[in-house]
Amino acid sequence: MVEIRFHGRGGQGTVIASKILADAVSKEDKYVQAFPQFGVERRGAPVFAFIRIDGQPIYNRSKIIAPDHIIVVDPSLIDAIDVTEGLKKGATILINTGRKPKEFKGLGRGFRIFTIDANEIAVKYKLGSKAAPIVNTAILGAVPRIFDFVKLESILEAVRDGVPVNPDDNVAAAREAYESVQGV
Amino acid sequence: MKKVMMGNHAISYGATLSRVQVISAYPITPQTQVVELLSEIVADQKLKAEFIKVESEHSAMAACIGASSAGARAFTATSAQGLALMHELLHWAAGARLPIVMADVNRAMAPPWTIWTDQNDSLSQRDTGWMQFYCQSNQEVLDSVIMAYKVAEKVLMPAMIVLDAFSLSHTYETVDIPDQALVDRYLPPFDFKYKLDVNDPHTYGGLTTPDWYMEFRIKMHEAMDQALVEIKKEAVEFEKVFGRRYDPVEPYMTEDADIVLVTSGTAASTARFAVDQMRRKGKRVGNLRVRTLRPFPFADIREHLKNAKKIAIIDRNISYGYHGIFAQEIKSALYGHSKAPVFNFIAGLGGRDIFPETIMNIVADVKKMKKPEQDLYWVEVKR
Amino acid sequence: MAKDRKKIEFQKLGELPPMVQSLRSMAANPTGSWRTLKPVIDPANCIQCTICWKFCPDAAIDWVDDNPAINLDFCKGCGICAEECPKKCIAMVKEGK
Repeated sequence: MVEIRFHGRGGQGTVIASKILADAVSKEDKYVQAFPQFGVERRGAPVFAFIRIDGQPIYNRSKIIAPDHIIVVDPSLIDAIDVTEGLKKGATILINTGRKPKEFKGLGRGFRIFTIDANEIAVKYKLGSKAAPIVNTAILGAVPRIFDFVKLESILEAVRDGVPVNPDDNVAAAREAYESVQGV
Repeated sequence: MKKVMMGNHAISYGATLSRVQVISAYPITPQTQVVELLSEIVADQKLKAEFIKVESEHSAMAACIGASSAGARAFTATSAQGLALMHELLHWAAGARLPIVMADVNRAMAPPWTIWTDQNDSLSQRDTGWMQFYCQSNQEVLDSVIMAYKVAEKVLMPAMIVLDAFSLSHTYETVDIPDQALVDRYLPPFDFKYKLDVNDPHTYGGLTTPDWYMEFRIKMHEAMDQALVEIKKEAVEFEKVFGRRYDPVEPYMTEDADIVLVTSGTAASTARFAVDQMRRKGKRVGNLRVRTLRPFPFADIREHLKNAKKIAIIDRNISYGYHGIFAQEIKSALYGHSKAPVFNFIAGLGGRDIFPETIMNIVADVKKMKKPEQDLYWVEVKR
Repeated sequence: MAKDRKKIEFQKLGELPPMVQSLRSMAANPTGSWRTLKPVIDPANCIQCTICWKFCPDAAIDWVDDNPAINLDFCKGCGICAEECPKKCIAMVKEGK
């Protein structure tokens, strides 16, 4: 079983990202469970989303407190909260940033760190506005590059089905993100 | 067709596939998406139904009662304070023998204000004459709506589909949406023998003297007894058509277990996970999930607990001044039938998480004790 | 609607419908004996406005040949028709006179 925690801010589409990833994984006939942090969400406030993936039915329905990996949708959270709380040794961390993975050594030892500049890709494909780009589909494109539980084709298909507008641009953004991951 | 969806949308799809004819509901967190999706489905004319907007849950149930009396398949959904506001009309729906189906997203009662899960809202309605089905997955939620109409319309009693707030309502997982043709084959249109008819006018629910009131209550009670028979029959029928089975209780590794947990809702799902972990370490632990609380499956409970040396009941609810409500029910079923000590644990109120470790700790505590030293044990609380 | 006046009595549980439901409507339950005052319409002043017919809570006013007719088998003598009549042409007369 793989357990992943997403870190984002309210309004960035973090929960939707976990849902689209669940769609993609489900297409490969794996079992999946995706859920938000249970409660009230406010725009701009730190939010979490979680996903469990397994080859067998998933019966554990409690919150994930010791994730295998994390995906940081908003890098400004790294200074605001402890994104590595409970994170398992050997975990993979994917961060949405234009900076290099080695610049995040401060997060702790024993983690594999990858970065993807999803903001730049989102702006390039005009997803959301310049001030508030919608980055979730670009980030999802990076996921199959560094994890083996889902294929790029499944992500692209799920993105196409799961976004309300501009499916082609979102798919193109995800594809470009797949090619642009740093740290591989 | 398989689709990843939240529990709330599983309810909406269940109602849509059941071809409900009247939906009347008032939005409340954490139920809102149920009504949201249904209103879209009706607006898009994918379901031929009347969607009645109302100003309160009391009115929502009143509208369902009117619709059902006229012979329509009626549906609503609510949560916590909303369900409490419906209370008077829950008695009316059951007493008038109207097979309304509703979903209740289990949310703890306020104050203090809360939106997270526990079972006190639905359990406060235990004695209103509604069937209650506690679900543990989104698939079960969707399937239960369809099954509930089948049973409810056979015995003319209303039914409540109960699911935990957030742990199901807002959790996405893969759900197999059955083909409409299959559902149509399984669930025929509602044909209500006693429906309102302008050509044959009657008054309903009129004054009934002590001479006959009790006899109407006997009829309701017998209908609920019959409901249990129908639920078991439908478990088999449903499996034949859809390949999934839902019995009133669901035993897991209980046969050779020294300690049997009794659980419901999503806590039952996590308990099953915990049982697997404990079994791997050689511990003889089992889990009995109670899916149907009303009608109460006395015989099944006794049967599956007969070999247990100790019984640990986890209640996500509390009857103040008594103990957990499921424990109260299970103990009454066991009285005179079992000598096994029964331990009652109150856990997860107001949405506090129930982890696999929570359950393993409960089992470890039970293992240490010969018999309960207290009527109830509070789990993971600040003292 | 046929007004079947036969009184229906249950003997056993099995004869009951599942819910409380009137049997063959209130037509089977003549309530005229409850009355102490009887409405009497003055046809000379009646304008056939139908207000008494609409307001009678027991539907005990029939409409016969374009005129209201009190059905005394069912009229309980409540006087609502007399109260509502715009022409005040319904008198409430003591029974037994």
